[in-house]
Amino acid sequence: MDKRDDLFFTRLGDGAAVYMSKTQIREDVLAGMEDAIDRGKATPLTTEDVDKLVEILTMAEKNVSVERGNEGICTFDAGTLKLTVRAGLPIDRGTACLIHERAICSDTMELCNTDYSYKALKNIIQEEAMAMEQVQQDCIIPILYGAMPNLGLYTKPDGPFENWAELLPNGRIAEALEAQEDAAEQCKKDMIYIGSIMAEAGACGLQFDTVGASGDADALAAFEAAKVLSTKYPDMAITMGMANEFHLGMHGRLKFEGERLAGQYPAKQVKTAEAAGAGSFGVVVNTNSSKSLAWNLSRSVTYTKDTVRVAGIPVLANAGMGVGGIPLTNTSPTDATTRVAKALLEIGKADGL
Amino acid sequence: MGISHELAAGMGGIRTAGDLVARMVLKGMKLKDAKEYVANKLGCSVMDLTDSAMMKEIRESLDIGTTLDRKHAATGIMAKMKIAELLDIRIPSVEIFKKKIGKA
Repeated sequence: MDKRDDLFFTRLGDGAAVYMSKTQIREDVLAGMEDAIDRGKATPLTTEDVDKLVEILTMAEKNVSVERGNEGICTFDAGTLKLTVRAGLPIDRGTACLIHERAICSDTMELCNTDYSYKALKNIIQEEAMAMEQVQQDCIIPILYGAMPNLGLYTKPDGPFENWAELLPNGRIAEALEAQEDAAEQCKKDMIYIGSIMAEAGACGLQFDTVGASGDADALAAFEAAKVLSTKYPDMAITMGMANEFHLGMHGRLKFEGERLAGQYPAKQVKTAEAAGAGSFGVVVNTNSSKSLAWNLSRSVTYTKDTVRVAGIPVLANAGMGVGGIPLTNTSPTDATTRVAKALLEIGKADGL
Repeated sequence: MGISHELAAGMGGIRTAGDLVARMVLKGMKLKDAKEYVANKLGCSVMDLTDSAMMKEIRESLDIGTTLDRKHAATGIMAKMKIAELLDIRIPSVEIFKKKIGKA
């Protein structure tokens, strides 16, 4: 990469270019790791890991890659949203899947709807099933179906339940807890309904994306739905990607299989996903846009390696916009993106992305 | 971003054995085990799994789909029926298709 005297070209968490010395980069790597140890009780990286991460961050090449033999599998949450909606290509979702299969050579792909929430799918799920059936006829790679629990959609005025985010500041604690419990129950039923239809349409897998975005009740709904679906449809792979490196305790008392969800960090989240019958787990570490790539990537790699250490199922590290160390920008610079991919697989030991 | 990831760290989809390894990983098999499982089924080494020259030959000989279409070659559900048999797994869409054509 570009180098000025003893300064290396690198990135900030918002993607902006910055020059840092190797000493500064190493200091940020250590500080990012310490943050994961302090907040998430993660196991520290080894000295060799830190050296390797600094090496990756200061490599001369613009784009980097894993060494031959260290490749992992790639999955794509919000899969068909990217070409057909965000990039505005005038193609249907089936074509997007085939472009991923034949041109981009993706390992897997995900069919999804523009409104990426299970609740929003109920009115159109029969047509979504038809789309899945057609894509399964055409594609060779595994095609999953994905959406988010998005528990917030169940609150008034969009949904039937009181908004706990409004109740809590007003001291209406019991009502806030009850509203979350009721919403989680309805959300679970909706996800089981959608997941069942997709299983019967031949989906290779189901993606629960951004689990816990509305707090621990959101996570509970997803884990309980996954438990039912993984038992009912053992041939359909279930993957669960988190919303955050810890579950927010919006409720605080909810448990899944006897374990309290609030405050769970990735090493515990993965065990909960395993108990729910998930075949793979998406570790998520949110990017701090005011810190450097070195700080964010180190924090992400520390959590990822700690998760892989205890995981009984494959860990697919989330590395999209603003997570995993990827800068918080819609067009992540490829120098940053490829460094994140390499570090998550070679140091974090993730099974894929 | 997906293209950057696939090039930097992905297995290469049907250009190599990425889809096959992914099927095993999604079923809960750790990456190392999944690579060994697929390599054993294909009769090749683990390093061959991401060698597109080697895998083109293997995929064509097994007729399990390649990036470039060829006349008379299996694609889509046809290729997946062969993949299910090759990897000794159940693929949901294949099971549905078999029922539809009375072969389940």
